[in-house]
Amino acid sequence: MRLPLVLAIGLGLAAPAAADVAQAVNGVILPGYQAFADRTADLAKAAAQDCRAEALQAPWQAAFDAWAGVSFLHLGPAEEDGRALAIAFWPDPKALGAKAQRGLLTGDPAKLAPEAFAEQSVAARGLMGLERLLYPAEPLPADPCALIRATADDLARMADEVRSGWQGGFAETVLGAGQPGNTTFLTEDEAKQALFTQLATGVEVLADQRLGRPMGTFDKPRPELAEARASGRSLRNVTLTLVALRGFAVALTPDIPRTLAGFDKAIALAEGLDDPVFAGVATPQGRLKVEILQQSLRALRETMLAEMAPALGVGIGFNSQDGD
Amino acid sequence: MATRRAFLAGLACASLPRLSWADAGNPAYLAAGKTADGFVLHGLTVAGASLFRIALPARGHAAAAHPDRPEAVAFARRPGTFALVLNCVTGAVTAQLTPPEGRQFNGHGAFSLDGSLLMTSEVVAETSEGRIGLWETRGYKRIGEWASGGVGPHDMKRLADGRLVIANGGIRTDPTDRSKLNTDVMRPNLSLISADGVLQDQAELPAELHQNSIRHLALSGGDIAFAMQWEGDPAEPVPQLGLWSPGSAPRLCPPAEADAFAMQGYAGSIAASGGRIALTSPVGGALMIFDAAGQPLATHRRADICGVAPLGGAFMATDGQGALWSCGIAGLAPLNREETAWDNHLIALG
Repeated sequence: MRLPLVLAIGLGLAAPAAADVAQAVNGVILPGYQAFADRTADLAKAAAQDCRAEALQAPWQAAFDAWAGVSFLHLGPAEEDGRALAIAFWPDPKALGAKAQRGLLTGDPAKLAPEAFAEQSVAARGLMGLERLLYPAEPLPADPCALIRATADDLARMADEVRSGWQGGFAETVLGAGQPGNTTFLTEDEAKQALFTQLATGVEVLADQRLGRPMGTFDKPRPELAEARASGRSLRNVTLTLVALRGFAVALTPDIPRTLAGFDKAIALAEGLDDPVFAGVATPQGRLKVEILQQSLRALRETMLAEMAPALGVGIGFNSQDGD
Repeated sequence: MATRRAFLAGLACASLPRLSWADAGNPAYLAAGKTADGFVLHGLTVAGASLFRIALPARGHAAAAHPDRPEAVAFARRPGTFALVLNCVTGAVTAQLTPPEGRQFNGHGAFSLDGSLLMTSEVVAETSEGRIGLWETRGYKRIGEWASGGVGPHDMKRLADGRLVIANGGIRTDPTDRSKLNTDVMRPNLSLISADGVLQDQAELPAELHQNSIRHLALSGGDIAFAMQWEGDPAEPVPQLGLWSPGSAPRLCPPAEADAFAMQGYAGSIAASGGRIALTSPVGGALMIFDAAGQPLATHRRADICGVAPLGGAFMATDGQGALWSCGIAGLAPLNREETAWDNHLIALG
């Protein structure tokens, strides 16, 4: 199904009020990345002291919680040098991460030095790389201690680069949209459009990927494809991301009652789902419950396009939604 | 603008025996788009300024420039029901083409070397079997058609020796609503046909990439550079760029690993200039530059960027927010902004 094209304000429509880009940046994005940098620094510090899985599972969980708060942001420093990709490489249908990681686990330790490690495959690194080491499905072929420390340090480095990239420049770029010399956002509306796109895409990714992958098809559900299944975080990532998206939406556009109702419905469904890794999709009844959540997310996206986009005076891309 | 139009109108009426591209001087590019008032086609200068703008009956897509006469044909977005012949000196529409019964235009076309023939990418509406429609270029009458060598042809380019290369995207679509009907079994190909329509060579992708629809083309030195759109699992990192030298197998050119998903599997336009190849993705909001051997050199971000064409030894690109950019390895620099959401392609003229 094709959504109706909502054309950008650049095409001569009147500028609406009520968009608070500053609140979205200062109230959500910057504190979100600060928290992620702090939690990953905690994790690296903990790994330096004690690299046993039991000691690191809690700080790793806290770091992933923090990531869920900003994981839907795909612009600026997170997109440079493949950082977001390396921070949480998922989905990985060909198990590229596990393969690359096995090489690091049993290979030349020189590759674990910080500069060398930063050049290793994005699939092997980050939160998902650590999950495989902290929640191994089967015994690991070698002592993972050095690799855990290298991965945790590398994760903290990337988180800090994203934080400092926003604090030290990109926030200003967003807030200074349309100012002379700003070649990233030529108008204020371009910045609003970019932020709105994060929301619409963020909800879509939850429905299509985080729920859609384990759901598979009715005849062939794929519970083994759920995100962060080994650590039991599949549903938690969905719920936390929804809460973060809601906060971002209301910061950007305070007066969006139907959108907020849509978020609240989806969050309530997620919180009421007693299926932490979507194992239930293997049964018709369990699948139906996840499908109801998925439908609420798709309805939410429609509501955002109908309510938020006009309030912001922006739309989804002219070409990006077309395909040709 | 009015002054210029008056001047141009005067020029057009001055009973010159025959106008050439030199008389047009400008525009350097054509680009379709959408404004608050509807779909349009602009003639643009090398500085990205609009020289003229004409209304289109529906959404446009690409265009083809006549080799000698300052004349271009603008094509509708597929499934297309029209193509417009433009006088590029005045911006006037001089003819309108309609596909024959049971055929649909598919967005692109090309002129023969001597300019006597216009070739249009078309499908048999019911089956998406590819055809190349043939039109003489004095009165733009339909004179026949060839097989395109595959299903769902999209872009096509005429080589310097007169042969034609066609991107058969492999996708069968519903004749009414663009729904894709065969993505599990699709088999795109590149087909090379002689100047008189005989299939000479064909290239397919490795089996595991059969869902990578070959859609757009650029001539890069002796190679045919092709841009692809992935219909398979979006989580699989696949190349969007390939190079084909007829007689050998196509070479695939993946981006750097950190940029493996920057295009989200979707390349919308491709151009070659100054020994480099630019590839755009409106879906990923990215423009990538490769060297002529297909090695990635740079990735630049810009939402909804799609149209791209040579500009000097580098590139010009357009986006859905109305901006026109000068692009090189170092980055994107804004040239101009119009109140037009630019459509997929920026077509260099002359």
